[in-house]
Amino acid sequence: MELKDLSTKTKITWCPGCTNSQILVSFRQAIKELTESDSLKIENLVAFAGIGCHGKISDYLNINSFTSLHGRLIPAMTGAKCANPALTIVGFSGDGDSYDEGLEHLIHAAKRNSDINLFIHNNQVFALTTGQADAVSPKGFKGKSTPFGCLEEPLNPLLLMLSAGATFVARTFAGNITETKKIMQAAITHKGFSYVDIIQPCITFFDTRDYFKERIYWLDENFPTNDLKVAMEKVQENTSKVPLGIFYKIQKPTFEEELWKI
Amino acid sequence: MYGWCYNYFMLESANNDIFTIGVGGAAGDGVKKAGIKIADFLRQKGFEVYISFEYPSLIRGGHNFARISFAKEPASAESSGVAKKIWCDYSELDILIASNGEHADLHKGELKEGGKIITNIPLSQISENPAMVLGEINLAASAESSGAPKELIDGNTAFAKGLLAAGLDFYLAYPMTPSTSILHYLAGQQTKDGLKVVQPENEISVVNMALGMAYAGKRAAVGTAAGGFALMQEAFSFAGMAELPLVVAVAQRQAPATGVPTRSSQSDLRFVIHAGHGEFPKIVIAPGDPEESFRAGADALNLAWKFKTPVIVLLDKILSEHMMTTNAERWKDEKMEIFENMIFPGTLNAVVKVTSYEHDKDGFTTDKAEDVKRAVEKRFEKQKNIEEEMQNIETIKIYGDVNSNPSISSGQENVIVFFGSTKGPVLEASKYFNKPTKLVQILWLEPFDTEKVKRELEGRKIICVEGNHNGQLASLIREKTGIEIKDKILKYDSSPFDPVELAEQINTIWN
Repeated sequence: MELKDLSTKTKITWCPGCTNSQILVSFRQAIKELTESDSLKIENLVAFAGIGCHGKISDYLNINSFTSLHGRLIPAMTGAKCANPALTIVGFSGDGDSYDEGLEHLIHAAKRNSDINLFIHNNQVFALTTGQADAVSPKGFKGKSTPFGCLEEPLNPLLLMLSAGATFVARTFAGNITETKKIMQAAITHKGFSYVDIIQPCITFFDTRDYFKERIYWLDENFPTNDLKVAMEKVQENTSKVPLGIFYKIQKPTFEEELWKI
Repeated sequence: MYGWCYNYFMLESANNDIFTIGVGGAAGDGVKKAGIKIADFLRQKGFEVYISFEYPSLIRGGHNFARISFAKEPASAESSGVAKKIWCDYSELDILIASNGEHADLHKGELKEGGKIITNIPLSQISENPAMVLGEINLAASAESSGAPKELIDGNTAFAKGLLAAGLDFYLAYPMTPSTSILHYLAGQQTKDGLKVVQPENEISVVNMALGMAYAGKRAAVGTAAGGFALMQEAFSFAGMAELPLVVAVAQRQAPATGVPTRSSQSDLRFVIHAGHGEFPKIVIAPGDPEESFRAGADALNLAWKFKTPVIVLLDKILSEHMMTTNAERWKDEKMEIFENMIFPGTLNAVVKVTSYEHDKDGFTTDKAEDVKRAVEKRFEKQKNIEEEMQNIETIKIYGDVNSNPSISSGQENVIVFFGSTKGPVLEASKYFNKPTKLVQILWLEPFDTEKVKRELEGRKIICVEGNHNGQLASLIREKTGIEIKDKILKYDSSPFDPVELAEQINTIWN
């Protein structure tokens, strides 16, 4: 497989320089390598997407895809996996998509442990609707709907996922294509619900590239990924530093395994 | 006044052929169980039976009531082994059984003259030996006959069996009265390699999960009450846009909002035929009894996959939960129809794209005017195909004595028109009509079979009977056929029609 085999006729309409393109490149490389090592059959791969800037990605991938409604990709992913457990289910979602509109599905996906993989393009703003505060915008954020500053504290989605029972919790930075690719591969090969928050600065409505470049650091190779308490402490670390990597990874029976046991 | 008295006496005598037993008690006393045991005992003896259940929305205490109606004359050689069909329950009671005097007091006013009250036998004993309360009736003549009804069944269970007959792979639901018994029944029918039942976090998840299953090639159905269906609207529209097969059972209860959860209504006809934003083909079937519910379940699943579009089966509390004797052996001809015009992910050298955006023929997002126009027209090509298919389907049903009375000229018939569970009381009431009357049941609400309905109604004296305030069926008939129905009998107090009262109302209008 060549990388160009994964592209489509559709013209990319993300803003020039948009960090979503970095996620697209990471994903194409990730699946190219997985298919080449026979870890993945391309016909069994399905990319789900929600609605938002991130959701355009399904048109840019020459693979099976299902572009759902806003916030509703997770139930559709779960349904497809239940219906055909041989499929490899990858979902692209956004912070508005899954931390606001479809938050209930995100929590239940972690609780259910369906063998699906969710990559959240987290730009901390509603971008496709031209810049409003959302569930992970910082308090005081001045968007078009909050000209005097956002009144609410942001959600900590990683902490939420750990407490809801996710079996794979990771965070990466879109600008780091190689690391993002590796984390995507680790998520796809993990059996169970894999959740990856991808910091994806919006260059138009909330440009946090420099903010994060100064603060991000990668977890130590020896970081224990099987200790929930340690993981929960790590994701609540002081915001002056932003840790990246796999925080938590354990094995539990998947929903499909339990369902097909009945 | 003379006409009124005449009707009254006629009904009294006719009603004497029907026997009705009421069973009352607190929730938890075993009212439903005792009622079903009595009804099933009668079924085994060859009687056609109907049993209704009234209960408030609580788990213990309150007042529950089961009402069993059956014709005194069971199956016999003279009637060619066919017992007199009972289409609904009657308000007036011959026997009132209650777990105590308080529960009996609530229904004393419904007793016929000479009716008996039984309060000294625990309901659990009656469940064990239902014959003990039937001493009043001469059951000796009712030896089991080959024509005895085969099953005592409610509309929800029959609908679920219809889904199974058509190859259901997955059923998904969030519990909501009066649809919940579909979920309970099918949950018990799961097998290792067959049917699977999933109860997700809410109705939005239910319907989106079903769409993911359809995309992956499995037959999924969902069920809910109309309030739950309100939550499913966006995904219902998505099924239309993406041409994904979907079956939704919508069980009506008294609305708006939370409404009266355990009581019935027919007020969601307009809601379901217009369900989902935007324009796309859909099918809405409204069965009127358990047998029709079975067929609607099987047809809905086959049609959804044949036309790749959403199909609604409209039920209501009365149809969903009340039980009647039904000859289920006639159901064997319903089968899963296989359609090989679809491709699913997992197919070598194929890329299967589905999207909620408007899309070109390859499944890529488009906003070009010519693409949009072509996509809309492509979806509505199916509407034509569905309407062609309707020619082979019983979209309306005709009952009544019009065919047996050649003296009635075709232009001057009296016609009653109705849909859904109102079939029961209308057919039962027709036993007491003064005038020869044709009964017209609308089974398909969308697409509407305009030509057939027009043929049956044009130039007739018509009464429309509905369980809602606005006369939604009458307005739909006017919209589609231009026929205005002035005489409407509308019931919107959430309780069922009583056949005797309904017959009186109809006889009065046509007197």
